This record gives sequence, structure tokens and C-alpha cells, in this order.
Amino acid sequence: MVAKGRIVWVSGPAVKADGMSSVKMYETVEVGDSKLIGEVIRLTGDVAFIQVYESTSGLKPGEDVSGTGQPLSVLLGPGIIGRIYDGIQRPLDDIAEKSGAFIGRGITTTPVDMKKKYTFTPSVKKGDTILGGSILGAVEETPLLTHKILVPPNYPEATITEIVKEGEYDLEHIIGQASSKNGDKIELKMYHKWPVRKPRPYLERFDPTVPLVTGQRIIDTYFPIAKGGTGAIPGGFGTGKTVTLHQIAKWADSKVVVYIGCGERGNEMTEVLVEFPHLIDPRSQRPLMERTVLVANTSNMPVAAREASIYTGVTMAEYYRDMGYDVVLVADSTSRWAEALREMSGRLEEMPAEEGYPSYLASRLAEFYERAGRIRALGSPDRSGSVTLVGAVSPSGADFTEPVTTHTIRFIKTFWALDTRLAYSRHYPSINWMQSYSGYLEDISKWWKENVSPDWYDLRAESYHILQREDTLKEIVRLLGPEALPDEEKLVLEVARMLKIGILQQNSFDKVDTYCGPAKQLKLVRLMVMFYKEAQKALKEGKSLADIRALPIITTLLKAKFEVTDEEISKLEEIEKQLSDSFKGNIEEVKVSV
Amino acid sequence: MIVDGVTKASFDELVEIETNDGERRLGKVLEVGSGKAVVQVFEGTTGLAITGTRVKFLGKTMVMPVSQELLGRVFDGLGRPNDGLPDPVADKFLDVNGEPMNPQSREYPTSFIQTGVSVIDGMLTLVRGQKLPIFSGSGMSHNILAAQIARQATVVGTNEDFAVVFAAIGVQYSEAQYFKRSLEESGALKRSVLFVNLADDPAIERIITPRVALTVAEYLAFDLGMHVLAILTDMTNYAEALREISAAREEVPGRKGYPGYLYTDLANNYERAGRIKGKNGSVTQMPILSMPADDITHPIPDLTGYITEGQVVLGRDLFRKGIYPPVNVMMSLSRLMKDGVGEGKTRSDHMEVGNQLYDAYSRAQEVRALAEIVGKAGLTGVDLKYLDAGDSFETHFLKQSPDENRNLDETLSRAWDILATLPEGELTKIKDKHIQQYYKGNK
Repeated sequence: MVAKGRIVWVSGPAVKADGMSSVKMYETVEVGDSKLIGEVIRLTGDVAFIQVYESTSGLKPGEDVSGTGQPLSVLLGPGIIGRIYDGIQRPLDDIAEKSGAFIGRGITTTPVDMKKKYTFTPSVKKGDTILGGSILGAVEETPLLTHKILVPPNYPEATITEIVKEGEYDLEHIIGQASSKNGDKIELKMYHKWPVRKPRPYLERFDPTVPLVTGQRIIDTYFPIAKGGTGAIPGGFGTGKTVTLHQIAKWADSKVVVYIGCGERGNEMTEVLVEFPHLIDPRSQRPLMERTVLVANTSNMPVAAREASIYTGVTMAEYYRDMGYDVVLVADSTSRWAEALREMSGRLEEMPAEEGYPSYLASRLAEFYERAGRIRALGSPDRSGSVTLVGAVSPSGADFTEPVTTHTIRFIKTFWALDTRLAYSRHYPSINWMQSYSGYLEDISKWWKENVSPDWYDLRAESYHILQREDTLKEIVRLLGPEALPDEEKLVLEVARMLKIGILQQNSFDKVDTYCGPAKQLKLVRLMVMFYKEAQKALKEGKSLADIRALPIITTLLKAKFEVTDEEISKLEEIEKQLSDSFKGNIEEVKVSV
Repeated sequence: MIVDGVTKASFDELVEIETNDGERRLGKVLEVGSGKAVVQVFEGTTGLAITGTRVKFLGKTMVMPVSQELLGRVFDGLGRPNDGLPDPVADKFLDVNGEPMNPQSREYPTSFIQTGVSVIDGMLTLVRGQKLPIFSGSGMSHNILAAQIARQATVVGTNEDFAVVFAAIGVQYSEAQYFKRSLEESGALKRSVLFVNLADDPAIERIITPRVALTVAEYLAFDLGMHVLAILTDMTNYAEALREISAAREEVPGRKGYPGYLYTDLANNYERAGRIKGKNGSVTQMPILSMPADDITHPIPDLTGYITEGQVVLGRDLFRKGIYPPVNVMMSLSRLMKDGVGEGKTRSDHMEVGNQLYDAYSRAQEVRALAEIVGKAGLTGVDLKYLDAGDSFETHFLKQSPDENRNLDETLSRAWDILATLPEGELTKIKDKHIQQYYKGNK
């Protein structure tokens, strides 16, 4: 029986209704005469506390509230890719069609086009046994993505009694029937629904051992993230969080990208919408939009839907994972999501913990990040997929000791600390190489050794060591000036500068530099390390530091990142030759002058 | 104010309050339930008594009458005429809270606005539909800068002027007057709409002032197709009014006593900027806020920076040195610059030159700090060149007069003058072809 009650109190997105004794926790309800969508978040006697996902302006006590019997769910089926949704999976283009350029209220839409016909190719036949999560067949969702049609994971074991032939069907068409062991008849469609707050089940979880290649040098080479891993990017405003996240969404070698704009700028979402259809995936040569889903709940959209947007996004990500794909989910920004929690908590007059945040903030964050992972999916055939979670954190006052940052750090393994000082000097991405870390380094080094080069780990360590030494030397320079250092140490400063400009800095707006493949990354690092060794040798042989600094090869090395494309990587070998030649040449000159 | 015996009030509804002596005030419903309504009175609760005060629920949310006739007019903080002239004839009535713009319907801002201020055009380019705040401190020249931009802003190659919507939020009389005069003198007043809430007006009225102003801005832009520059000064006063109300309602405070929804509330104002697909107009926002104790990590500038598309930060040091505009470029940023400049929009070297200037000035700052400790003698030759480049950046590029309108070519040529003092090998952010075309230094 669905609950029917009446509003008794309204304050912003929080509404109380009585007569709701038959409603369930987290059930979706329709609030008021304009049927605004809400969710029950607390029950006391027959009074339900409801968070409403739309503006409650004009809502009155006395208006009706009715339950739907369903928890907040998303529709999972072909047609999701390439769309942009609000926090509760309503397509923004449909909303625009119904209410114009500004978002109206009480709009009902379906998340995907239920009437669109897809060519379904079955992969099971009559008499086959299916389990929850099994693949029934496939449709071409976009040229980039074959959408596997899954049996809902919570279905029992059953035998197929009927399955349609290959052909065009819409989503409501019954494509197959099965009967379970106890004789129940099961109807199968190309879509199913899943509650957003419940992680989708899987068989087992694997260790993350394959890196997620993002084409960003400081990430891939220095602080990598694994497929199925978790990472966070905290940084004050203007440190380039969003640009870094965009770069990951654009270039990561995953099959599907879910991008959640959670309480951020409207123009940023528009940028993604404008840019992604034109960006070409370097691996498949197809527009990136054909593998991307966007969830946009900008800062001025209702705050409760912001809270839901994270769950909506991660549930869709898990769905594509269950098809056997690698999925990256990017959430910008988890701080705004935490603030939505805080706002609702405040309206419910709950006892606050630090800075007004509710005491369950940490457990909610943990639940979210634990939905990442590389897994073996349920059902047949045997397949594995992954969800990688990357969350931006916007610490107030760029202070990393505030609650959202400190709690997030506990549940993630890769930490990219953005540095306001680096951003002020226009060092982008402004990831601080001394503060950041990656817990996946050892796990994924095998992949680099086997797929790129055996010396990857050593080169990374050697170049990182130079940066570490520079960090300590900088203190001395700050007190005594650079001239106080011996030449050998001045050389460390010089090479560290080259590493910073030539490797760590990466211009995401430059056509060439925006993506740097693993092979090119490795070669560039190798050139820098080689330069350091050659220069050290030259110093020992009596050459002056000033002469080394004047070598034209330095500018060549610094500009190689955007002058040499991934396709013409052999040019780097020429540079390598020039590099060793220029040292030979100079040393002879030195000898002549002596 | 809490009203009893309420049966039909709705959330956010507008309320008319009649005091004992017949005076009428406006308010709105903040919370409603079980026969009670919490009402916020815009003109303050002075003179209200528990008995005898009557309240009428108007059954609608607060609206602003809008029409073309608003141009050239001055209103108070609630949108009522303040210039002695009669009420303008309304074309329509719009809800002052607005509605969120659908990201799907937004047009991405890409048209360069020339402000004639070198540091902004060259390094912090403003784009139509952007929201770019000025972070200032008490006593600094933010108003002069904002007025200069309001007078000079144009889109190169078109004759379209900007309409200016100016909202004074809790400012001193003289500041509001300065703006009015400055618009009057340049003849821009007839394409401007002014909203004035002075420092001694009720704080609560301030919650409405930016909302009515932005409602008018949206109307001018999206109904009449004009390009609108909305200047909101001073958002710090706005946030403080919000805190005052929040405290009065005994809400759980977030940082520094500001309510937990400060971010959302500010965003609801700032996000009312942009362009819409298929419409000609645009709303460009330039909020001004004074950072309490020049502290950029204070919640108001901090949250603002997270919402707006960059920030122009004024620096106390430069201000003391007498440099106008005292823009601290290191801390400033325009997020939309990358999309508004370059080939076909401004000049192909624009972005690279901007980046290189940043790099050079940042190196110059480091060298300056070093020189203070070790003296100039301890510096290398290249360091000394950076030191000079830093000085000439401040005097030749940054500094200009409040009535000096520099076009983009002049701005960029001044930038190249500074880069010419550095050796060619230092220009690592600029592509070789641009160096060959524009570099004037010793090769």
C-alpha cells in the first residue's frame, strides 16, 4: 500500500509530512500539488522527513504527499551514453524542451527514450540457464560502445523459455522469458531499475594491478592510479582541479566515463557538452561523447538533488562495469556534496560534528569510495570490469585539515595535492610533487616494465630523487642565495627546473601537450636523467656550469613535450643523439681552451 | 518574526505587514508549519509590536516589474523607484529568485570583451557571460576599476554597447554616488539601471538587492537581447546580512558563523550570469567584495572563488606603491580566458604571451625576495634581467591611468616590450613562430 499524507512543515528543501506511517525509509515520494520529487530521509512515528529534489518555493502545509513504494532508483539500459542528466537522472535536454532555458519544476521525463529501437543480438538460446547478472545479448549503443543487456542482478537462477531473434526492439519489448527453479515466470526486457544507494553486487574483487593511463605525465609517471582504484584531488580555488579532472575524463584509457558536476559552475558543464563531441579519442578515433555520461547538478540547482547526484552517477558506472568494461567516474566536487549533507542535516536539526558537518560524513564518504574496484561480474559469461573513482575536494581556505579533506584521505589511495603557490606561478597541473602520493606504485610497476620499458621504475625513482634534493637545497638557497652552493648542487637545481618545465608542467590547452602517451613520457624522463648524468660527468671533467647552462640542447629538451607528437616519437631519439653530441662537442672545446 | 494562526501560507511567499500606526512593510516566509510561519521582514522589525500588527500573505513570491523603461532609472534595494520619478510601466513581473539556467541550454562564453585595462585584457581576459569578481580590501581602488570597466567595456569589431546594471549592497553613500556620477559623466547612465541599498538601510533588504538587480539583468539580456554588465558591490555586506538572519533563526553555523548554505546561496546569485543558446544577449557579472583583513581564505572570498570563473585580486603592496590598478596578477585568474582569446578571436600569440608574462613576473618576485637577503651582488646575470623585467612590468604594463583606454594591440605590444628584456631562451611558453614574429630582444 502506498502512503498518503499531508505536508505539515516546510523549510527550504526539507519538508515534514504526517500520516506517512506506511512509507519506507528512502522511499521516493511525490510532494505537493505540483508533484515535486522527494525522498524520505527520516521517520518519527507517522511523521516523515522528506528531502525534496526541486525548489519548494510556494509549497503549503496541507498539500498532499504520496509514496511511490520505490526507493530512489535509476533506469539502466541502452541510451544512457552521451546524455546529460540532473541529480536524479532526468535528461536536461528534455527538461529544456519542456520548460525552456531555465529549469522549471515538477517535470517528469524518462531517463532514456523508451520508444527508440535498437538492434538486439541475443547471445543466449532457449534452454540456457541464466543467473542474475548474466548477459542476454548486445546492442550497439554508440559506435564506440556495445551495450550488453544484463539480467537484473537480483534475479534468481532460471532457464530461458523464449528469446527473440535478432532484430529491432524498443526498451519496453519483452525480449525473453525464463522460468525459475520454483516455476515462476520471469519476463526480460532490455532495461531494469536499480536503487542508487545500494551497491550493485559482484562475485569477487581483484587487486588493482593495471594503471589507468591518463596521458598526464605527473599522474602516470609519478603518482599513478590503478584501474579500480580511488583518488582525490584537493585544492583551493584556481588551482586547476576542474581542468585536471577534465583531462582525466578526456584521456583516460577507460571504456566509459561518468562525469558528475556536483554543485559546480554551469558554464563548466556547458564546456564539457560543447567540447566532448568534438574531441577525438586517441585510441578509437571517435568523439569522446560516445563513451561519456554526464550528471550535472550545478551549484544553483536544488541542493537535495546534489546529494543524490553522486549515487546516481556511481550506480550508472557500476552498471557499465558489470558489462565487463573499465569505467572512470569523476566527481567534481565531493565537498559540495558534503555541504548538501550538512545543509540537510542542519534543517533536520541534527547534532553537528566538526564545522557543522553531520557525524555520519565519514561513513558516507567511505561508502562512496568503497564502490570503486576491479571485480568479477555476476552471471555468465565470466568477465571482469572496474570502476575507478576520482573525487575533487574543495577545502575551504585551501586548508587540508578541514573535515571533508581529512576524511577523504582515509578512504583513497592516490592523493594529488594541488598547490596554490604553484598555481599562482602558473605551474599547471599544480600537483605538488612533494605532498602527493600513490599507493599503487608497486602494484602497477609490473605493467610498465612489461608494456613500456624495463627501466621505468628506476628512471622514475632517479628523476624523483632530483626533485627531492632540489626541495632541500631550496631552503639553503632561500637563506644564502644560489651562489653559496657548489656547482654539483647548482646542477641539481638546474635539472630540477628542467624537470619542472619539461615534464611536470603540462599545458592542457596545447594540441600536442594535452595528451602524452606512456612511451613518450618515459622517453622524456629518460632524456632528462641522461642530461643530468652527462652534465655531472662534464662537471667532473672540469667543464664549467655556465657552459652547461648555455647549451642549446636545454631549450630543445624543454620544448620537446609540445614540439614532438606521440606519432613521431622517433624524433626523441634524434634529440638523444644531439644530447650526447652536444656534450662531446663542448668538452672538446673546453680542452682546446685549456 | 513568527506569525501565529496561519492557515494558507506557503514557503517563500511574499508577506505584507501592517504596523500599529498603519505603516506597510514587506517580508517573506522562511519556514511554515503547524499554524505558524517564520517571516523575515525586509525593512527591519523596529516598531513592530506583538499585538496589533497585522500580516497579509500575498499568495505570490516576490516579483520585480520589468520593462525597457528601467534604463536610466535609480531604485532602492527592494526595486522601488528612488529617483523621485513615478513607477515605470511594467512589461512583465518576474520572480526575483529566478530559476536555475539549464546547463544544456547555456551557450559557452567565447567572445572577448575589451576593457581597455592592460592587465585584464592581456592576462585576465574577460569574456561575455563570465562572472569575474574583484577581491579587494577596504580603502583600495576597486570602485575606480569597476567604474573604468563599466565605461570602457566593448566587444571589438562591433558597435554594441554594454548596458550596466549596478547594485550597491550596503555601501556608503559616497561610493554609490561615485558610480552614479561616473556613469553620468561618460553618458552611460541612460543605458544603466541602478539599485541602491546604503549602509544604513536595513540589513535584511540586502538579501533582495542582488536578486532584483540580476532579475532585471536577465530580462534586459534574454528578453531584450542586450549585453549586460552587472556590477554588485559589496558582496561581503550581503553575506553578513545572511549571517545575521541565520543567527537570528538559531541555525547551526558553518565556518565563522556563516550559515552552512552560504555557498549555495551565493551560487544562486553568481550563477545568474551567462549566455543562452539562440538568444543574443548576455549577462556578465562583476561582483566586488572586500576581503575582511585582506584575507583571501575568509569564507566569503573563498566560497566566491569556488563559484566564479576566476578572480581579480587587488594587492595592498601595489596599492601602497601607488600603482593603479593594483592587481596582484599572481593571485588573479580568468578561467575563461583560454576560450576567449587566440586565433580568430584576438591574436594567436595572446595566450602564450599572457602565460609567459605570468612566468616572468613570478620569477621576478622570487628574485626580489632573494635579493633582499643576499643583495643584488649575489644574483646571476639572468636573475638580474628578471629583476628589471619585474619592475618594467609594473610601471610599463600594469600601471595605467583610470581614464586611459588601451586597445589590445597596444597591450600586447607593451607585453612584448617587457619580454624583449629577457633572453630568447627564457621564453619557454611561446612557440618559435611567435618569437620570430614578435620578439624584439637580442637573439
